[in-house]
Amino acid sequence: MKLHLKIWRQKNANNPGGFEGYDLDDVSEDSSFLEMLDILNEQLVDKGQSPVAFDHDCREGICGMCSMMINGHAHGPEKATTACQLHMRHFKDGDTITIEPWRAKAFPVQKDLIVDRTAFDGIIQAGGFITARTGSAQDANLTPIGKEVADKAMDAAACIGCGACVAACPNGSAMLFSGAKVTHLNSLPQGKAERDRRVLSVVHAMDDAGFGNCTNYGECQEACPKEIKLDVIAKMNRDYALASVRSFFSKAG
Amino acid sequence: MSPIGLFRTSLAKKFVMAITGLILVGFVLGHMLGNLQVFGPPEAINKYAYFLHHILPWEVLWVVRIVLLVAVVLHIVSAVLLVIENRKARPETYEDQQLIQASFAARTMKYSGLIVLAFIIFHLLHFTVQSIDPAFRNLRFDIDGKDSQDAYAMIVLGFSNVGVSAFYILAMALLCWHLSHGVSSMFQSLGFRNEIWRTRLNRFALAFGLLIFAGFAIIPITSLISWYGGPDIVYASEIRQATENWDGETPIYVSYPESAKH
Ligand code: HEM
Ligand code: SF4
Ligand code: FES
Repeated sequence: MKLHLKIWRQKNANNPGGFEGYDLDDVSEDSSFLEMLDILNEQLVDKGQSPVAFDHDCREGICGMCSMMINGHAHGPEKATTACQLHMRHFKDGDTITIEPWRAKAFPVQKDLIVDRTAFDGIIQAGGFITARTGSAQDANLTPIGKEVADKAMDAAACIGCGACVAACPNGSAMLFSGAKVTHLNSLPQGKAERDRRVLSVVHAMDDAGFGNCTNYGECQEACPKEIKLDVIAKMNRDYALASVRSFFSKAG
Repeated sequence: MSPIGLFRTSLAKKFVMAITGLILVGFVLGHMLGNLQVFGPPEAINKYAYFLHHILPWEVLWVVRIVLLVAVVLHIVSAVLLVIENRKARPETYEDQQLIQASFAARTMKYSGLIVLAFIIFHLLHFTVQSIDPAFRNLRFDIDGKDSQDAYAMIVLGFSNVGVSAFYILAMALLCWHLSHGVSSMFQSLGFRNEIWRTRLNRFALAFGLLIFAGFAIIPITSLISWYGGPDIVYASEIRQATENWDGETPIYVSYPESAKH
């Protein structure tokens, strides 16, 4: 298939970027979106031009690196699919495809399609962990956990930290990502002990990094390749309210 | 982060938004039910108005007024902060972003809210301060020998103005719009919503918004119909007669037909 690509090119964080057009012939319908970009890059290198910089690692939908906005959709138009798992058969011969980096104050563009997602690391450092020493792997089922709780925590733990939720949100809000971390760890007995401290620190880290506020649009849920639900945001809101009340009274008392 | 404690974090602002929204929603519903008494005899709503102003201790009335004022102010401060911070958090937009979930109502909350605010100010000047039409204060009514205001006649006379009625109806349509997102959104902000309840609450919020619209808009609509020659759903012709050639100072007593007494 023949494609016309419109790609955001930006030399580095300090230079303004702009769109460049590229024509690509002979793309196989079976290639993945990133393979299509590889083909483009080989041609660019052959011509002595600089290849399009994009992030990727696993190419199997688990690492969360392949951040890109494809035709106005984070990770492209397929539901529950990362850009690396998107195949060219979802496009038509002759299509124009627009590819842009994530756009958010907290995710500055580094080069072309690559953004700096260090702000997410800040949130993880604030509360995306448990402090209990876990030692070597314990026997299975040593700590019994109810099925509903385990399912809820597991669903939230599916988050790969890709940042599509922030990219898709018109407010650049990181509520889905943060909510996923809070729900994952606050639901389980290993994480419960620190649930108040966790939710307070996560929310503060999220605000300090310059992410926006939630206005309950729900775009993040639609964009999330791991189908994290808005439920995690409701859970974070609830936990935050309770934690604030408890910390207020523990300071007063 | 804002230095003021109440608005310090993103979530705290959302709590303020939701709780003040809830207070206003409660008031709006009560206000609508109270107003629907215009479809009873004039005495019904006039007695109700007399009760609110003269029998209910004034402290209670003022506590309610202050709570509402504070709620409106906090709601707006919080909305303004949210809008400013969200613009900052997403300085650039995409070539052509495809929104999938965000409803039109959700994206226009600030505009529907702003027009509702303009409406609230006009409405208070119109019927509470009564500084727009001098006839309002002079419409009198006798409740078992006590002189009181004829709120019934004031409402119908107020809505006889087509421009005023049109603004009321438009503002209520926008309030319905605002609530069709807000009433579901506040549950999410307070943490009481999940995937199953999200769809249900979205439907409930729309139904609630439409109910509020219908309950408020029906009063200007029926007033206009009766005033401009349609069937007498409200006692417009009597009120028209009593106010048409008013000299500008003497108290006006509308002579309602005998059938209107009970
Ligand atoms: C009778 C008056 C009003 C009522 C009953 C009302 C009710 C509500 C409710 C229930 C919400 C949802 C809160 C949440 O998302 O958690 C909301 C949101 C909102 N309201 Fe109002 N409101 C009123 C007036 C106003 C006014 C005058 C403005 C002025 C600018 C305004 C601006 C907003 C905005 C921007 C939001 C969205 C907040 C967000 O998405 O986070 N509202 N309102
Ligand atoms: S919540 Fe979903 S969209 Fe957001 S970072 Fe995690 S996996 Fe990506
Ligand atoms: S490259 Fe790892 S998820 Fe796409």
